[in-house]
Amino acid sequence: MISGDDISAIRQEFKGEREDLIPVLQRLQEQEGYLRSDAIRSVSRWLKMSENEIFGVATFYAQFRFHPPGEHHIKICLGTACHVKGGEEILAMTQARLNIKPGETTADQKYDLERVACLGCCALAPVVAFDDKFHSQMSVLKVQKLLDEDRNS
Amino acid sequence: MKTEILDARRQQAQAKWDAVRQSSVPHIYIGAGSCGLAAGAADTQRAVEQYLGEHNFEARIVPVGCIGPCYLEPLLDVQMPGRPRVSYSNVAAKDVESILQGFFEKGETPKYHLAGHFGDSEFDGVPRFFDLPMLKPQVRIVLRNCGIIDPDELDHYLARDGYKGFEKALSMTWQEVVDAVKRSGIRGRGGAGFPAWRKWTTCREQQSDERYLICNADEGDPGAFMNRSLIEGDPHAVLEGMLIAGYAIGACHGYVYIRAEYPLAIKRLKTAMAQMREVGLLGENILGSGFSFDIKIKEGAGAFVCGEETALIASIEGKRGMPRTRPPFPAVAGLRGKPTIINNTETLGTLPNILRNGAEWYAGYGTETSKGTKTFSLVGKVRRTGLIEVPLGMTLRQVIYDIGGGTQKPFKAVQSGGPSGGCLSEEFLDLPIDYEHLAEAGAIMGSGGLIVVDSGTCIVDMAKYFMTFTQRESCGKCVPCRVGTRHMVEILERVCDGKADSSDLEKLEKLGKTVKNGSLCALGSSAPNPALTTLKYFRPEFIAHVKDHRCPAVTCKNLVVYRVIPSKCTGCQRCVKVCPTGAISGPRSEPHNLDTTKCIKCRSCYEVCRFDAIAGDAIVIES
Repeated sequence: MISGDDISAIRQEFKGEREDLIPVLQRLQEQEGYLRSDAIRSVSRWLKMSENEIFGVATFYAQFRFHPPGEHHIKICLGTACHVKGGEEILAMTQARLNIKPGETTADQKYDLERVACLGCCALAPVVAFDDKFHSQMSVLKVQKLLDEDRNS
Repeated sequence: MKTEILDARRQQAQAKWDAVRQSSVPHIYIGAGSCGLAAGAADTQRAVEQYLGEHNFEARIVPVGCIGPCYLEPLLDVQMPGRPRVSYSNVAAKDVESILQGFFEKGETPKYHLAGHFGDSEFDGVPRFFDLPMLKPQVRIVLRNCGIIDPDELDHYLARDGYKGFEKALSMTWQEVVDAVKRSGIRGRGGAGFPAWRKWTTCREQQSDERYLICNADEGDPGAFMNRSLIEGDPHAVLEGMLIAGYAIGACHGYVYIRAEYPLAIKRLKTAMAQMREVGLLGENILGSGFSFDIKIKEGAGAFVCGEETALIASIEGKRGMPRTRPPFPAVAGLRGKPTIINNTETLGTLPNILRNGAEWYAGYGTETSKGTKTFSLVGKVRRTGLIEVPLGMTLRQVIYDIGGGTQKPFKAVQSGGPSGGCLSEEFLDLPIDYEHLAEAGAIMGSGGLIVVDSGTCIVDMAKYFMTFTQRESCGKCVPCRVGTRHMVEILERVCDGKADSSDLEKLEKLGKTVKNGSLCALGSSAPNPALTTLKYFRPEFIAHVKDHRCPAVTCKNLVVYRVIPSKCTGCQRCVKVCPTGAISGPRSEPHNLDTTKCIKCRSCYEVCRFDAIAGDAIVIES
């Protein structure tokens, strides 16, 4: 875990220019799962930019998170192909089962739910990703089965 | 020019490729693009490894990219010594054993899951893979290697004339390269169709110590995956194209701006770039030509608007990805204020073929104004989904019916160009696919997403979907886009909820025109297209929502109800178990009750009732 000012490992990978901001934030998120406010403070001192400016950039992009992620990350693809093939119903069902909305984490910190614009597997829509594994040609029932299996494992 | 290292490597590559094709060792190819993996290719591969291990058979496993017909994934090809490569479709882990048993133990060509073979002539009664209805009408130029070679092997690419286009370019002046691209007639494949040679010339003519080339692989269009497949299946083609473009414009640095959602494509690019460095195709003084060029990967962070040139540049510079006014165009003042060319991945991937085979050869495909071939991701409700490449000028009907196999329910519409494009009805099926005809009909070529929908899709819901998408992705700079798209979404929501009146439809049209005219970049100026084209071609469906409060496709949530038909319900309780909100109740063997106040219309009960053998079809959805 990165404490306060300890971004030294990341510092060595970059020149410390303004242009490095987005890759630096991506590396930070890769390590911690989200952008901690004290890590952003360290980046601000290092890249000589205000924290406001960094938050301005980070909030612009859908990739960045500002809260600790759950243990498992569920992404429901709502690209056009997934939308017309039932992605919305999968999202509605998952929301109801986990009792959270997209962008939130369950109270037990086990799952977080994200709706994504497109995972690029449109020919096998609808697609749902559990952590890094993509599941294709899903249906509400298949996703229910995945959730059951995960809960019982 | 010193090409000794490359020439030597090419000989070695040829030997390696010949060894693959005429090997005494069996080769097993697995379609391991993102789509193949999503369909379970990793499990299939494990089953293959297990089978070979258990029986102590020797074979080489070659993971390849996507060959196109994604609906056949996972694809498994087997090539026994002295026999052509034979392809099997939809091979789940459980199917592996019986297929491999046929080859390895019985010495035959199993017919189970058989798709086709890759040889030249008839073989063992097996059809040719490229004669399959989905593949036969296609012309594969940019996709020529996808699914054929191992994308992680530079030698495979070299053996298939890889980097010959670049070598050819090096033997020409930059003007000759530009001229060849001009004569080929290729237009920008990113969507707008702007000819690459024209901006290249502008860029080259600027006085500057540095120029940049950017490969735009920020494929944000939901429902499109051409760039991902190309990079995953043949990364060197795109990188070779970058070398050619970089040489033509006199750039010293190139960037690939690629979505972070494409981890496999990024990995393939990194591997390919390391291989290029090894043989001196990247870095200082490439092949002794005096041309120096290096490439960096920049991962996008999830913003659709960053596909727009100036927003993309802002993003690389570490800023919010907001477009700026043009001029100056990036070709004059782009990244860090220097002349910059941004070309689409597919445009770049096509360049090596144009240089190698000649501009006239390429211009022989396509129509008068739209030359060459174009890749499309054919998805949605067609039977055969996947990535295709066809000569421009082919009709929508040929693509949707001959290649895609048509739809199961009656065809309703095809959306071309994603959220910036338009939705075309049945009367346009004979429209040739080229830049002019699509624009005339109110759609655009776009980057190549073709989403087909049938009578089960509500067109108003689809218009709402696209508007919601662009509204979320609007960067917020221009008021008509930021506020206008929100109002358009609100109106479409009212229509979908059955709460709109007919004046709303006029408001929608008027607002659409304002947003189109009042926005700076293409995101805003094309955002109303889906709403405007659906209003134009599918007005009766809008009217049904407004006047009759009915959704003819039975899709719009607030206009449909779920109901149990007591006479059909066997009381099997399966729907009770899958309902996530506890809306269905009732004792076993008695007709169940559905509490509509708790129902979230997620379809779980409907599906379990339709597809479970014990249940009937007692649950209906009505509008």
